[in-house]
Amino acid sequence: MTEAPHNDTPALADEARRRFLKRAGLTAGFSLFAGSALAAGLPKALDEATSSERRWGILVDAGKCPEGCTACVDACFEEMGIEGPRVGDNHSRPDQDSQWIRKVSLKNEDTGHALALPVMCQHCTYPPCVDVCPTGASFKRADGIVLVDRHVCIGCRYCIMACPYKARCFVHEAIHDQEPYMPRGKGTAEGCTMCVHRIDHGMKPACVVACHEEGAGAMTFGDTNDPESAIAGKLRDNTTSAIRADLGTEPGIRYMGI
Amino acid sequence: MTGKRGITSPLRTAIAVVVLALAAGATPAAAGDDIAPDVPEARKGEHCVKPVPYMRRNHMDMLKHKRDKTMHKGQRKKKYSLKRCMDCHAVKGDDGDFVTAKSDKHFCNVCHDTAAVNPDCFSCHASTPGGELKVQSKEASR
Repeated sequence: MTEAPHNDTPALADEARRRFLKRAGLTAGFSLFAGSALAAGLPKALDEATSSERRWGILVDAGKCPEGCTACVDACFEEMGIEGPRVGDNHSRPDQDSQWIRKVSLKNEDTGHALALPVMCQHCTYPPCVDVCPTGASFKRADGIVLVDRHVCIGCRYCIMACPYKARCFVHEAIHDQEPYMPRGKGTAEGCTMCVHRIDHGMKPACVVACHEEGAGAMTFGDTNDPESAIAGKLRDNTTSAIRADLGTEPGIRYMGI
Repeated sequence: MTGKRGITSPLRTAIAVVVLALAAGATPAAAGDDIAPDVPEARKGEHCVKPVPYMRRNHMDMLKHKRDKTMHKGQRKKKYSLKRCMDCHAVKGDDGDFVTAKSDKHFCNVCHDTAAVNPDCFSCHASTPGGELKVQSKEASR
């Protein structure tokens, strides 16, 4: 890496680029290497459409996630602009504010074993919120990220009721000073976007970045379809599970040690 | 029949007047012209992403097209995005800060107020430029 890392494409891009160069070097002697960005695990070009050949996911190591640490939650609130002062009128209660990610504490009463883990939109392969949406606002991108298209959301809140993970929220009040990269508004459902605005620029989600830099490094983000990615390796080498796996939603967020 | 024609022709004239007035409003020199809006000059750039008459007629369709591409396919090239509009066309208020869509001075409002169009982009979208990510990775590569 001689070139200075560009602001737009740190982390993921660098990891992938290094692998790309390594692999390119290995194969150069044998064949003309003209692989696409996808083949090399590089982030997609800005005007390239997402494809199902990628499947973004996050692995949470619950054993590493300390009780009381809220680095991921704080980062999410900061990045997405989910804070009290941005709300225009003040008619609703703080407990009605959006929570795109929350720390959930669990305790086995028999053994006394306790753990805390972050729970956000699980980005299901078979998302119930998409099944129930009457307008098609709730949808799954080709790369597995589940989003709300607020342009067509009518605020019926079916998705909020359907989600077994309580991951969807409703915006009750007018909001001002939104972040330009994260439009949010009154009368629509919303939830974790897996920081799609960052992923499309080759960056990791805010919670994962914060978990590594301020927290305990319990979260791994990556393309689970890329066998060489860190997350695919961890999923291969460890016993992992999904929350409410019995529902068959096949989440993109998986947990280790629960 | 005659009654019908009687209603439509003044309407048509009125529309023609408004369209002409909007076209005339393109240059600040025409600012004083009765109903023509005083469209603020772009802050930077030589020309818009498309010729001005094309933009005037089609900007809404371009934004909608881009919106669906970005939302559903993740295509985030900035050229035809709302953010790009703000980059050049945002207007500064008397206090030196960019005015939001709540202000009459906001670029979008200047024409929309005249044409009695009320787009609701800005109930969700930011109406000022900027947009540095709040959470920046301290290590550039990891």
